[in-house]
Parts: sequence; structure tokens; C-alpha cells
Amino acid sequence: MSLTTFLQHCLTGISLGGAYALIAIGYTMVYGILRLINFAHGDIFMMAGYFMVFAVSSMPWPIAIVVVIVGTIILGVAIERAAYKPLRSSPRMSIMISAIGMSYFLQNLATYLFSALPRAYPEIPLLKRIFQIGDLSASLVTFVTPVLTVLLVIVLMSIINHTKAGMAMRAVSKDFETSQLMGIKINNVISMTFVIGSALAAVGSILYFTDRMSVTPFSGALPGLKCFVAAVLGGIGSIPGAVVGGFLIGICETFLVALGYSTFSDAFTFLLLIVMLLLRPTGLFGEKITDKV
Amino acid sequence: MSMLEIKDLKVNYGGIEALKGISFRVEEGEIVTLIGANGAGKSTTLRAIMRVVTSGGGSIFFEGEEITSMDTQKIVNKGIVLVPEGRRVFPNLTVLENLKIGAYLRADQAGIDKDIEHVYSLFPRLKERHWQMAGTLSGGEQQMLAVGRALMAKPRLIMMDEPSLGLAPLVVKDIFSIIRRIHDEGVTVLLIEQNANAALKIANRGYVMETGRVTLTGTGEELLNDQSVREAYLGKSK
Ligand SMILES: Nc1ncnc2c1ncn2[C@@H]1O[C@H](COP(=O)(O)OP(=O)(O)OP(=O)(O)O)[C@@H](O)[C@H]1O
Ligand SMILES: [Mg+2]
Repeated sequence: MSLTTFLQHCLTGISLGGAYALIAIGYTMVYGILRLINFAHGDIFMMAGYFMVFAVSSMPWPIAIVVVIVGTIILGVAIERAAYKPLRSSPRMSIMISAIGMSYFLQNLATYLFSALPRAYPEIPLLKRIFQIGDLSASLVTFVTPVLTVLLVIVLMSIINHTKAGMAMRAVSKDFETSQLMGIKINNVISMTFVIGSALAAVGSILYFTDRMSVTPFSGALPGLKCFVAAVLGGIGSIPGAVVGGFLIGICETFLVALGYSTFSDAFTFLLLIVMLLLRPTGLFGEKITDKV
Repeated sequence: MSMLEIKDLKVNYGGIEALKGISFRVEEGEIVTLIGANGAGKSTTLRAIMRVVTSGGGSIFFEGEEITSMDTQKIVNKGIVLVPEGRRVFPNLTVLENLKIGAYLRADQAGIDKDIEHVYSLFPRLKERHWQMAGTLSGGEQQMLAVGRALMAKPRLIMMDEPSLGLAPLVVKDIFSIIRRIHDEGVTVLLIEQNANAALKIANRGYVMETGRVTLTGTGEELLNDQSVREAYLGKSK
């Protein structure tokens, strides 16, 4: 592998990793607040793909992007209200099962509404423009993805660490009842978590599908699982962990494909998960798991 | 009109009756204490007042207004605050953030800053450690923080659930002198204590609870001299 191809693959891997990171944040934030693995998150990401297909056909793409983000937020919050909120005081396993059900529901809904045939994902000409840096050449989206990811993560971290709403999120993630005693409305904080997670999944979906050109009802399943693995690798609950995990998996996957092991690349992701769980169950950045009462 | 009035309050936890209909009142400017054995339902009473558990009957009035089924947020806004059992500071927030979150519903930044200074003057230790994660404070410091955090809401009625639990005798003395001081500043106090002796000494009035019922009431002094209270809660024989 020459240096140029090596760098070219790095670039592709980092870009894929950026999209993964944005999705992984949704898993890690919801887990941080509700101790719930939101299995429907990958399918919310898939639905965002369809939203884009339809939005672009009837409006200019900059407006379509906004519509897609808003639509995805509404979908994410609606799922929380319908499938998770009524189970708030049930055993955690019930909510988990509800999440799995919601995931299949979204896949089937998409199949019913849009058929299982792949739909062409709209091309945003600007994002597809080819750029050349030295010997490296890639479309703009490849350069934009990691930069945008890092920017969004910085914004998100400063919201969480330096605003009143962020402080409330950190408090709720540790202790529901005491947060309530402070006058915090738990449900609003939980909704806010789903708003952020869904918005990032929408951005991630635009960046991811622009490179892949088509969307099916099952497009969210595997990326969703991989991003969940990314969140676990980084230490579920930790946002920087999810980002590092996302980049790690994106880069590994790209190199395995480049080296000709494309059939093995998905299995590798899960192998990584197993090894990590055996060696360091709390992930790279995870704190000690304390069970919530 | 009493500041707080509880009428026939009942609470069930999945079929188990923790409160079987209790009634009591707190007048403005008083220190009132609830004493009783473990499991009598003292904490449940305070949690039901804050509506972090739902009551299964009865009513709660604050300054004449019924608050039985108001959300917790509104109740805090009315001026009631609870220092929960076991301190429950937010371990992943700094000391200063814990104080700020106590003022979560307030918007008067100048007033909040002033009250932070006031809490620091009550508990100078908290000022020294304002940057520290609350989870790394000692038990006594956490209790001070829990009280300080409650004061940040500018309460009219502060309810404290066993503030001296697990603290060294010297720190317990500090906590009681702080309770007095808070009371002197015009805040009404409803106090739950295992340390019945100390609680009855500073209280105007007290109620004795047994398995979900109020069984005895009187002034602090009357209860201190009551034979059954002396035997059951003060560990003194005839
Ligand atoms: N969340 C809960 N679920 C089920 N039962 C509960 C719950 N909380 C309290 N109880 C029960 O209700 C009864 C009263 O409990 P409560 O905590 O109010 O007692 P307490 O008087 O504060 O006791 P202590 O002095 O030990 O703090 C107890 O029998 C307890 O086991
Ligand atoms: Mg108690």
C-alpha cells in the first residue's frame, strides 16, 4: 500500500467514523439518562434517510436539510413519548423490549410505506464536488464530515458542561428524584436528550447516505448496531468515548475493506466488542458502572 | 391558617400501606419535629408532601392552598424544599454547581449570587471546596452542601430528613446550630430526626409516628418528659 493510498483510506475511514460518531452519541446520551439502549436509534437514522429523499424532491436542499433535522427530532421525541415514557417506572427490561419492538416497527413501517426496494439518495452537488489536496482526492463530504463532527461535539460538550440545561441533564443522569426536588422536570430533560440525539442522527444520516447513494428500510440496522458498539467501546454514557469509538470503528472497517477483507469487516466490529467487554467492560472512557435504583 | 396542614394523608407502596391516614400541621415560624422508629413512615410523609410519591388519599394545604396534586416544580416554587434523607448531593457536579442547581427555578442572577455568598458564610468549608466534585466530599460536608443547596431555593418552609444521620457528634452540633440559625432568619422548619433528644430540644412542637400513624403530639418539652417517649426514643428508663 503506497503512502497516498494509505492516506486516502485514512481519510475515508475518518469520514465514515465521523458519521458513526454522530449516531453513537445518541445511544450514549439516552443510556446516560435512562439506562436504556435505544435499539430504535439506527432506524430513526434510516427514517432520516427517507425524509431526505422526499424533502429534496420538493424543496431546495438547504431547506430540505433543515426539514430533515426537524422531522427526525419530532420522530425521536414521539417514539420516546409513545414507547418509553409510559414504561418509566417498569423494570428496565420492559423498556428494552419496547425499544426492540420499536426498531422492528420502524423497519416494517418503512417497508410498507416506501417498499423494500432501494431508493436513490439525493445528491447534494456541493457535497459531491471533488476536492484535491496533493495526491489525495475526495468529495467535499469526506472532508466536511470529520470537521463537522468535531465542531458539533465541541458545541454539545459546552452545552452539557456550561449551561443550566446541561447541568440539569447531568443531575438527572445521576438521580431522578433529587433532580425533581430541585424543580427540574425530568420529562423535559429526557425529551431534550432525544432532541439532541435525533438531530445528530439526522446530520449523521445526511453525511452517511450521501456517500452511499441509496437507502432501504434496513439501512439503519447494521450501522445502528455498529454505532452501538462504538458507544460501548468508548464507555457507554460517555460522549467523548462515543466519538472516539465511532472514529475507531470507521477507520478499522475502512482498512479491512481496503485490504480485501470486506466480508469480514462487520464481524470484526463485533469481535472488537467482545474483546473489549472481556478486557475492559466499562469501555475506554467509561466510569465504573453503578446500578441505578 | 397554618402554614402547612396535612389531613388524613395516606400512601401505599404497591399494596403496602406506609401511611394510614396521618394529620398534622406546621405554623409559620415554628420548628416542628417528626420522630418515630425506623419504617414508621417519616420519610414517606415528606416525599408525599413534595409529591415525589403519589398519595392515596387525604389532602395537603400550604398557606391555605391545596397542593395535594400539584407537580413538584410548582411546590418548590411555592417555597417548600426538602433536604432528602441520605444527603443525595449530585456527586458528578461541583460544590458550586450543586448550589446553583438548588436555585434552578430562580432567574434573579443577582439574588442567586448573593445567596451563594450567604451559604458560604454559613458553611465556610463549602467555599474552600467550591470547585470540588460533590461526590468526593466527606459525609459532613455533603450534609452541609445538601442544606446549602436547599437554601438556594429561598424556601419559606424547609423540611429536613435526618440531617444528622451518620455524622460525628461535633458535626451534629454544628448542624443543629445551623438549623437554629436558618430558623432565626425566618424560615419555618419541619425536622425528622433519629436524634430525638436534640430534635425535641430545639422544636416548638413534635409528633410521634408509629407504623404509619401519628400516635402522640405535644410541645417539645412535653414530649421530652413523656414516659413512653423517654422509653422508646430517648433510651431512658423510668
Ligand atoms: N419505594 C418504596 N417501595 C416500597 N416500600 C417502601 C418504599 N419506600 C418506603 N417503603 C416502606 O414504607 C415504610 C415507611 O418507610 P419510610 O422510609 O417512610 O420510613 P422512615 O420513618 O423514614 O424510616 P427511617 O427512620 O428508617 O428512615 C417502610 O415499611 C418501608 O419499607
Ligand atoms: Mg426515613
